[in-house]
Amino acid sequence: MTALNEDTMKQYVISVKVENRFGVLARVAGLFSARGYNIDSLTVSATENEDVSIMTIVVRGDDRVIEQVKKQLNKLIDVIKVTDHSGLQTIEREFILVRVNAAPNKRSEIYQLGEIFRADIADISTKSITLGVKGDPETVNNFVELLKPYGIKELMRTGRVSLVKE
Amino acid sequence: MKGAEIIVESLKAENVECMFGYPGGVVIPIFHALHNAPFKFILTRHEQGAVHAADGYARASGRVGVAIATSGPGATNCVTGIATAHLDSVPLVVFTGQVRREQIGNDAFQEVDITGVTRPITKHNYLVQDIADLARIIKEAFFIASTGRPGPVLIDVPVDISNGEYKFSYPEKVSIKGYKPVYEGHPNQIKKACELIENARRPVIYAGGGVVISGATKELREFVKKTQIPATTTLLGLGVYPETDPLSLEMLGMHGTYYANHAVNESDLLIAIGARFDDRVTGKIAEFIPSARVIHIDIDPASVSKNVPVDIPIVGDCRLVLAEMNKIIKAPSIDEWRATIDTMKREHPLTYDSNNGDRIMPQFVVEEIYRETKGDAIICTEEGQNQMWAAQFYKYTEPRTFISSGGLGTMGYGFPAAIGAQLARPDKRVIDIAGDGSIQMNIQELIVAVQHRLPIIIAILNNGFLGMVRQWQQLFYEKRYSHTCLECAPDFVKLAEAYGAAGFRIEKSEDVAPTIRKALDITDRPIVLDFRVSREENVYPMVPPGQSFKQIMMPEPLA
Repeated sequence: MTALNEDTMKQYVISVKVENRFGVLARVAGLFSARGYNIDSLTVSATENEDVSIMTIVVRGDDRVIEQVKKQLNKLIDVIKVTDHSGLQTIEREFILVRVNAAPNKRSEIYQLGEIFRADIADISTKSITLGVKGDPETVNNFVELLKPYGIKELMRTGRVSLVKE
Repeated sequence: MKGAEIIVESLKAENVECMFGYPGGVVIPIFHALHNAPFKFILTRHEQGAVHAADGYARASGRVGVAIATSGPGATNCVTGIATAHLDSVPLVVFTGQVRREQIGNDAFQEVDITGVTRPITKHNYLVQDIADLARIIKEAFFIASTGRPGPVLIDVPVDISNGEYKFSYPEKVSIKGYKPVYEGHPNQIKKACELIENARRPVIYAGGGVVISGATKELREFVKKTQIPATTTLLGLGVYPETDPLSLEMLGMHGTYYANHAVNESDLLIAIGARFDDRVTGKIAEFIPSARVIHIDIDPASVSKNVPVDIPIVGDCRLVLAEMNKIIKAPSIDEWRATIDTMKREHPLTYDSNNGDRIMPQFVVEEIYRETKGDAIICTEEGQNQMWAAQFYKYTEPRTFISSGGLGTMGYGFPAAIGAQLARPDKRVIDIAGDGSIQMNIQELIVAVQHRLPIIIAILNNGFLGMVRQWQQLFYEKRYSHTCLECAPDFVKLAEAYGAAGFRIEKSEDVAPTIRKALDITDRPIVLDFRVSREENVYPMVPPGQSFKQIMMPEPLA
């Protein structure tokens, strides 16, 4: 594996349709580690067909690396189809749970912010509020940026799922 | 029917002729069923030997090699053999036993997650979880192992599956949604490739193991005949084009010929056929083929543009693609290029210092083996200097006559592989060209060759060193021979005799040929030939690791 050139590194979203079988996640994850590819996120989703799952993998690399990633994924017997969503018209969503510091005098500000993003208030304690937000990755990023000044205690993102537009 | 019997019935349905393996606790039910099997079973003395033997059988015959081992240590002992087969695209089906399903994950006695361990070194693997799937899995395993780019498939069978009961019905067809190898090359790509070839001025063919696997030897030879383009082969491609032919450049790469490496690097068009641009071939990638365009025919899309950017990829089976090309190809005008190459061949031949007093030169031993067998043997090798000299100084004219661990470079591969090759080809003499280091890695299999009266010749090029590592230490590590001297060695002749094999020690050049003849006369047991060769002989030419062909090192008198 040649050294990755930071300048040509891009983020790619690859959708991998797989047989819903024992060990398939390990095969896909193992391929990434064995060949030194960097994963930003990986989600495994059930689909309309119970025998098939879709993995949405966000991976960083240059064009050549991504080309190899796709070919190597295709070589796995349990992989049915690999689709590169980069450059395609897609619908993307992810979900985030974020717990921010919320002294009583800051609560209403945070509520308002949450309303703009249609967040649901998942939990409240004397010191913090936990909000859940779904949206496209950019919306989620904006939401996180706006919450940062309050002090983020914990944050979890599901990683994105992506569908090609019809 | 018991699960174990389903396995045996499935193997019969696959027309398995020969299986290699070693028993153990959780595979006793399978061995119980194997007792009545109509095919040959070879009990090796180590599971690694079983997998290498199955591999040698597969490479010599073109069929799927089959091996079996027990769970835990039996399974982990298979790992080197499986990885060897994986890197060289050898079709294997390896069965391992597993603890009872309810015990899996509990660190039971002799439990190892072997599907986890072998995931990156198999083409595919299975843990059988339901006896209803067993026959289908075996059918799929043989199909996956032997189609597309072949490779090893492992099937892990829990003992309660082997002991379970189910009706046997072997599926006729395989349908795997995610596995549809492409065999036919794209007609437009083929046309474009032919145009490029017809207009080339300095083209070279670079043929690899894929030509052997796809059985494309005839098509390749026709292609060369039609185009008159010089052809070099990789280590695993040896024999696909006769090395005795004037258009052969023999092997390229780190220890390839001067003319193969120079021709490839000065070419304006490289036609790669069933080869994968391994680093031992390309050397420093940035300086490899500076002015060449590249056509790459390969069944594995992932091999295309992996290491070297390709101008015209043709994904498909080498044999089918070459057959299509042969229909339309016209010869390029390359008289001048061939003349240049002929000059290089004359000026920089493969050579060694043959005037070396009393000492036996290892290259001379290989040449004598070639002469005495008239080039009609199957040569297996171990790893290192013995492997390179066997590749350089024996002239291969047919595919499947050179059997060697190319990708993984496994010491201890050659002898068990020779057992498999001899069983696959009883009509041929099989010779393992070995080093004194590597032969000791699987010497235990000698008794298997004795038991089955296999007249394999083990030609040990005994220099008392781990020769290739010593060569690198000499050339790149200040001659510090750290732990590469094997002066404390067994008496190989006595060792052979202890096993019931024949053994001869050869200490003079004039005894080399007569002893090889003596060995060839023995046909009922293996023969160990302990050639005491010149100790610090190096393999040349040599392109130093990570450097370009321009830094090629030649033997002393020519340097």
